[in-house]
Amino acid sequence: MEALIALIIGVLTACGVFLALRGQTFPVVLGLTFMSYAVNLFLFAMGRLAIGVPPVIADGARYTDPLPQALVLTAIVISFGMTAFVIVLALKARAELGNDHVDGTHYDEDGPR
Amino acid sequence: MTLFFAVLIPFVGAALVALASRLGRSQSAWATGAVTLASLALLAPLFAVPFDGDTLVQQHDWLPALGLNLAFRLDGLAMLFAGLILGIGLLIVLYARYYLSERDSMGRFYSYLMLFMGSMLGIVLSENLIQLLIFWELTSLSSFLLISYWQHREEARQGARMALAVTGMGGFALLGGFLLLGHIVGSYELSVVLASGDLIRAHPLYVPTLVLVLLGVFTKSAQFPFHFWLPHAMAAPTPVSAYLHSATMVKAGVFLLARLYPALSGTSEWFWLVSGTGLATLLIGAFVALFKHDLKGLLAYSTISHLGLITLLFGLSTPLAAVAGVFHIINHATFKASLFMAAGIIDHEAGTRDMRRLNGLWKFMPYTATLAMVAAAAMAGVPLMNGFLSKEMFFAEAMQISAGHVGGWLLPALVTLAGAFAVAYSIRFIHDVFFNGEPINLPKTPHEPPRWMKVPVEILVVLCLMVGIAPALTVAPLLAVAASATLQAPLPAYHLALWHGFNPALAMSLTAMAGGIAIYLLRRPLFALHARRLDRLDARVVYNFLLDALFALSSRITRLIDTGSLQRQVFLLLLAALVLGFSPWPGSATPLTGMRAGLPLDAVSLLAGAALIVAALTTVWLQRQRFLALITIGVVGLVVSLTFVKFSAPDLALTQLSVEIVTIILLLLALYFLPQQTARERDWRIWRDGVTALLAGSAAALLAWAVLSRPYDTIAGYFIEHSLPGGGGRNVVNVILVDFRGYDTLGEITVLALAALGIHALLENLRLDAPDRDAAGRAWNRDLYPLIMATLTQLLLPLALLVAVFILLRGHNQPGGGFIAGLVTAVALIVQYLARGNAWMHARLAGAPQPVIAAGLALATLTGLASWAFGHPFLTSTFGHLHGPLVGDFELASAMAFDLGVFLVVVGVTLLILVQIGALHDSRINRKPVP
Repeated sequence: MEALIALIIGVLTACGVFLALRGQTFPVVLGLTFMSYAVNLFLFAMGRLAIGVPPVIADGARYTDPLPQALVLTAIVISFGMTAFVIVLALKARAELGNDHVDGTHYDEDGPR
Repeated sequence: MTLFFAVLIPFVGAALVALASRLGRSQSAWATGAVTLASLALLAPLFAVPFDGDTLVQQHDWLPALGLNLAFRLDGLAMLFAGLILGIGLLIVLYARYYLSERDSMGRFYSYLMLFMGSMLGIVLSENLIQLLIFWELTSLSSFLLISYWQHREEARQGARMALAVTGMGGFALLGGFLLLGHIVGSYELSVVLASGDLIRAHPLYVPTLVLVLLGVFTKSAQFPFHFWLPHAMAAPTPVSAYLHSATMVKAGVFLLARLYPALSGTSEWFWLVSGTGLATLLIGAFVALFKHDLKGLLAYSTISHLGLITLLFGLSTPLAAVAGVFHIINHATFKASLFMAAGIIDHEAGTRDMRRLNGLWKFMPYTATLAMVAAAAMAGVPLMNGFLSKEMFFAEAMQISAGHVGGWLLPALVTLAGAFAVAYSIRFIHDVFFNGEPINLPKTPHEPPRWMKVPVEILVVLCLMVGIAPALTVAPLLAVAASATLQAPLPAYHLALWHGFNPALAMSLTAMAGGIAIYLLRRPLFALHARRLDRLDARVVYNFLLDALFALSSRITRLIDTGSLQRQVFLLLLAALVLGFSPWPGSATPLTGMRAGLPLDAVSLLAGAALIVAALTTVWLQRQRFLALITIGVVGLVVSLTFVKFSAPDLALTQLSVEIVTIILLLLALYFLPQQTARERDWRIWRDGVTALLAGSAAALLAWAVLSRPYDTIAGYFIEHSLPGGGGRNVVNVILVDFRGYDTLGEITVLALAALGIHALLENLRLDAPDRDAAGRAWNRDLYPLIMATLTQLLLPLALLVAVFILLRGHNQPGGGFIAGLVTAVALIVQYLARGNAWMHARLAGAPQPVIAAGLALATLTGLASWAFGHPFLTSTFGHLHGPLVGDFELASAMAFDLGVFLVVVGVTLLILVQIGALHDSRINRKPVP
């Protein structure tokens, strides 16, 4: 199971990096979303994987590590805020510069070749 | 705390003054005067302490872990300077009220002035050297603001930048010097440093320490060769020149010489460096001042020269010379400030400061002329004026120290020469401006200034005379305490009096007087010679050359790294991260796989994992068709939520799921305004990025595997153990968020609120063009708000809100909480927006989201502050149980109020973001209906 999660983190990172390196804003936003998934899963996995032991106090129960969960929970919400900010920046850049290239300069409408 | 508050008052006052300026120009001046008086009133009762021969030191813990305390000190020297700063400050406030014109912003001027006053007080009252340095830098900054007060003027901006560059570099050197001092002595407290003079002078690091400290002193006090910034700082309004650049700030350098005199002086290095620099500055300043045609230029070089004189006195290193230095600080502050003010009056009333055009003003302003004459006489060192007394002491010391040395005539001769030039430029200041024929082509007809503009000059001039005539009755006690605080030793025997009999000093004075008159009479050939040979000599040329070279070098380095392409920057950044990440691996003996036993793999997990991987790769594959990519990335997010479910993280699963929904809606809304398809990029770039991505992915996977296969220690036990008894909640994740780490959460929701406000600002007045048809050329569906969807969502709304409330309430004990409930509520409302449109919702949902965000932040903060009221630290939580009908045992925790704040912020932020972007659609639809 650990190998599968590691593989998933790797695939998400690779997809994220590839898309983040693209030249236009929308794929970059998708790339950032992928990276958020990867980073959140990675942080979460730092508490190791455990099944059926949620950190909710009950009599005689065992618990997984709640600390990475608390970290990741706010990280998810913050990454939504970041995604929203980036996408609005992209809209603004499109309105101001007439193109959606990340370099933020006046290229042609369909971007640099 | 009194000294601390005396320093704090002007800083707080700066804000008050800015507010008061809205009431009017005079109110602004009154407020500034009141702030200055308040600080003075707080300090004045303490002035008795130095007169009793004591030193007042007040310490407050600031960063005790670093050994850094707020420490203030009031001794004779500090008292003298505090008195000068506040006393002359009051006069400047009055003067500036009449000097500034209707077009100038009073509030800005007085605010900056108060900032400076607080910083300068901080320097002179500091006991801790590091703290002193902070205030030192603050004076450089406020001086920058004040010089560039007339921002529309090129020379004001240039002058401000030059002053900041020179004094800023000096401040940097001074920091080094102070750190070395602290290293040598083992303390930054002045009391310790001043008592450790022998230790410091014997230390091998003494010379570097001295040089660094002197660099700070010389740049601040405009000593040669760093003097060139001061004349350019004259672009500031004249009250600033009078206050900062003659009476106080430039004295910070010589103040530090006096302050550290017991710790650093008494070596030959000190003698040669300090007195050599002082002598050079004295001569150069006096010489150049004569040839300046600008009134303020003349006064600026004269200030440089007098600062050189003071520096030279401290360099001579005899106790009596130090007394004379302190005395001249007082005298120079009084006569030079009044001269600057007189120059300002002339400029103000005649419209120019050019002495080639200003002639014969005696007829127009005899009263101002009389005041200026007295002050100029003090500057020249004419008997009956205060300047005469300190200059006599200076001449006497110069004779004394040279007596019996080979070439001992040189120093007295040179200082007499400087004295002669001082007499010459003082005569020029008076004769050229007030006599010497008729004015030439003045912009205005000059006349006497308003009554109250003259009052500050009168006060200072009267002081010059009183000190000059009866020194023993006026300045003597103040000078005695200030000088003994400087020396930190018993005072030498000296006698302040007008008449000391016929002695060498008097002969030097008379020689200087006669020489000065002779030089002035010979001025025409001298001016011609100067214009031919020396006018182009300017240290500014060197400064500009160095500055240009520095800029050229840094822009070349920048161009090397930054080509202006963000895409390339991101690639380089990732590459660097990869290189750094992989670099420790080769040669490492640690095995990749650890010893921890893993969980068994089951078929369902494998299937879900495969689905995620396939969806992720499909997203990349389809990324050029943006809409399809958006659908597949939704699948990825869904499986990530399922992963959280599987591995015992119900809170995360709920959060991820609801964030997923709002993110997809957000991206859909935005996609409408962006190109529907991504252009194809060059093949080499695809390959390059593909390889980079593979490397990064492998690195992440290997790292995750290495960690996951190893056992670890956790601090989770503490949280699990204390969650119920300490935080009153069973859901440990929620208790961590709202209680254990509530402060972090407060920070996070603040960041979230700021992001939303930033988006709000970015989207304001944004006009975007979007296609009328989709990528395949089909027209958009004209059925904007489908009836079935509208009806169904309306039915679902109460249910969704009920679920949200439920999640919020149970969050402390069961999976849920403010974040999740906020997201669920936002989703419920957003769906209504989607189904009905903005206009329909706005008609029914009163109010904007911004107040909701503010209320949420306020509630969370207030919950934290409430614990202060009960004497607990910020955000301490409490809880209790209620028993009632129907609800049964109901728990109430203060953390729930905090969670409610989180809830409100999340709802407000999500709505604000999505509704704002949605509104862009509305404006489009209304503007151009789809056919």
